[in-house]
Amino acid sequence: MKDVCKPKGHAHECDCGKDCLNVVGERAVIDLRLSPTQPMHYTTLNCTMRKAMRRGCSSIELKGVMGQRYLASTASDPGLYIAVHGTPGNDLGAFLNGPTIEVFGNAQDMTGNTMNSGKIIVHGNAWDVTGLAARGGQILVKGDTGYRVGIHMKEFGESRPTLVIGGTAKDYLGEYMAGGTILVLALAGGAPVGRSLGAGMHGGRIFVRGKVASEQLGPGAAISPLNSEDEKEVRALLEDFKRAFGTEVPYDVNHFVKVAPSSSRPFSGYYDKTNV
Amino acid sequence: MSETPAMKRLDHRLPERFVPTINYDLCRVCRRCVNDCSYQALEFRESKVVPSGGCVACGRCIAVCPASCIEIRPVPPQFAPHGNWSERSRRSILAQASSGGVLLSSCGADDEHPAIFDDLLLDAAQVTNPSIDPLREPVETVTYLGRRPGKLEVCDGKVMIREDDTPLIRMNMPLMFGHISLGSISYNAQKALFMAAKELDIVAGSGEGGLHPDFYQYADRICSEVASGRFGIKPEYLKGVAAVEIKIGQGAKPGHGGHLPGEKVTTMISETRMIPLGTDALSPYPHHDIYSIEDLAQLISVLKESTEYRLPVGVKIAAVHNVGAIASGLVRAGADFLTVDGYKGGTGAAPRVIRDHAGLPVEVAIAAVDRRLTQEGLRNRVTVCAGGGIRSSADMIKALALGADVVMVSTSALVAMGCRVCQQCHRGLCSWGIATQRDDLTNRLDSNVAAARIVRLFNAWNEELKEVLGAMGIDSVESLVGNRDRLRYRGPNPKIAEVMNVKHIGEGWG
Repeated sequence: MKDVCKPKGHAHECDCGKDCLNVVGERAVIDLRLSPTQPMHYTTLNCTMRKAMRRGCSSIELKGVMGQRYLASTASDPGLYIAVHGTPGNDLGAFLNGPTIEVFGNAQDMTGNTMNSGKIIVHGNAWDVTGLAARGGQILVKGDTGYRVGIHMKEFGESRPTLVIGGTAKDYLGEYMAGGTILVLALAGGAPVGRSLGAGMHGGRIFVRGKVASEQLGPGAAISPLNSEDEKEVRALLEDFKRAFGTEVPYDVNHFVKVAPSSSRPFSGYYDKTNV
Repeated sequence: MSETPAMKRLDHRLPERFVPTINYDLCRVCRRCVNDCSYQALEFRESKVVPSGGCVACGRCIAVCPASCIEIRPVPPQFAPHGNWSERSRRSILAQASSGGVLLSSCGADDEHPAIFDDLLLDAAQVTNPSIDPLREPVETVTYLGRRPGKLEVCDGKVMIREDDTPLIRMNMPLMFGHISLGSISYNAQKALFMAAKELDIVAGSGEGGLHPDFYQYADRICSEVASGRFGIKPEYLKGVAAVEIKIGQGAKPGHGGHLPGEKVTTMISETRMIPLGTDALSPYPHHDIYSIEDLAQLISVLKESTEYRLPVGVKIAAVHNVGAIASGLVRAGADFLTVDGYKGGTGAAPRVIRDHAGLPVEVAIAAVDRRLTQEGLRNRVTVCAGGGIRSSADMIKALALGADVVMVSTSALVAMGCRVCQQCHRGLCSWGIATQRDDLTNRLDSNVAAARIVRLFNAWNEELKEVLGAMGIDSVESLVGNRDRLRYRGPNPKIAEVMNVKHIGEGWG
């Protein structure tokens, strides 16, 4: 007679008997294709990943990922490397705090949601809401991104998030941006950015390789020339991009446009505090 | 058009609203009132203290005057009387015509529309169901926050405890402190709230401002807030606390974001929120990763994954017209508890037009949520919290009877520590050291004294709750929740009673 029901709602521990988790030394491999339940539930995968982290693994390789969501959320070991083969689901690396995640494929929406530090490398596209409210760390996307990317990124002290997009971004890139850096390279051509670029931005900077028309700018954003600090930063980011994907992007200051906030106090003077 | 000197002189200055009046027979000219008035509404001139304009009736001068010689008097009407054009409507127009700005306000909506709470009368037991003497029998007020099992599972004659249900948070009374961020209130004020929550064994909201390192010692009594600005969120902020709450809306400003002006973003605030010094801290109107109930379900799920299902994850919404259907969506999205904030709820800064005109009274919202969730078979799975204008234990009891499990109070706690509801929070000059970041002002508030006052207030409310429960013949607060039969409506509009499913006075069982 069992006094305790088996977990049902969010099955933490997988008890199928087949161990998808294979740990050799500090290296863990989780092969989702071995799971009898296909596709494996995200709760099971996350739980198995946490098991590997608790065992002190410094590297976790996921094979056969099929849209499982919330992978590595809040993972906090700066020495941890996670390789994802397949397609991770939404909210990959949400609240990430140190580890490096490399995706050998496309990522879906909300990659790096509210991340604190760490690195996410995507060898494909990363779609909507990538890097929302990121406060630190780096996201490198080889391909394109969708809408609402880099909204409300912020920076504080040493921690300053950077987001490099090898392809293009759609509308609302960097909306409400309060800090950090976005670099759009548009390497495969096409319009680098959409409309409402940097709407309401009051901090940070967006560098675009290519042309930005003034009607693409949202309220609060303004085009300005790159200063020497900016040039240094763009070069460093191009170096990061090359290291991650092996793609060399020649630097020429004339190819880049900088979009920055027209004020760090967009609302000063907007309100009337009279005691009526 | 060139301005003539006469046109230049006319600046449409608004008449004063209050004037501190000094009884010079008693005044000792100690000038404490002058020093303590952060609005500079008193000055020392020609050997006496005189009003200098701008009084907001915060009452600080009265409190510090050792001779009790100050009285704040409202200025009599300065506009020609008009039944439709109130003083305020004319003052607002004059102010906006001068500034062109959006009128900002704080505290809760101050319109004179009476609270529906005041139109409700409580029932009491007589003869057929005797009242309970709290002296003789214990009356239970312990309340739990989080997802409920809904039903008992019995296996082989034994009650099963499901492992996968997130733990419930025990609270000593059906009351929690709402979310007031560090930034909207001072360090000392927030510390007092957390100290009081710990002492009372209830939960206090962190507000959207991160959590100061000094406050992690109260973490097991703190519900941390994830709002659209995502300020100060780091693993400890999510993992070490009692509960996590996603803020979608606030009763005082439904649909509106947050905005902490740059001058309030001091070094401490910038470190806690993790934003640059002196920049405006903006919380966008929506969460940009939540455009639907399905998106909300994802944020709930990722927070549950992040906390390894160890704490309840709730969602707070402003009471709006379709609140019942929205609440149903929240529960289906996986919220373990939900909070409904009525339109009279407080704020540190909100556009007046939204504060005074948008949303739903919390009384009606509670009843709507309770009814909808019951109809859909979801009510017994969640904890429903409600706040927004809870001014007394009577309001609390009526809110519970209308269908809330827990009431959320904020302004009442601030009043306990000194706030006089003068509605100037957005100016950052709070003379009581509560809604300000100016060191000389925040030093006026002693966290220990303030916490003790809050503890005494809510212990008294809890005693009053027990007294009322005893008088109703109810021995546990859970039996009061949603017990609308113990309420009667005596107000002007029976339609309100109908939508709240409360009988009119005089209606009984036969």
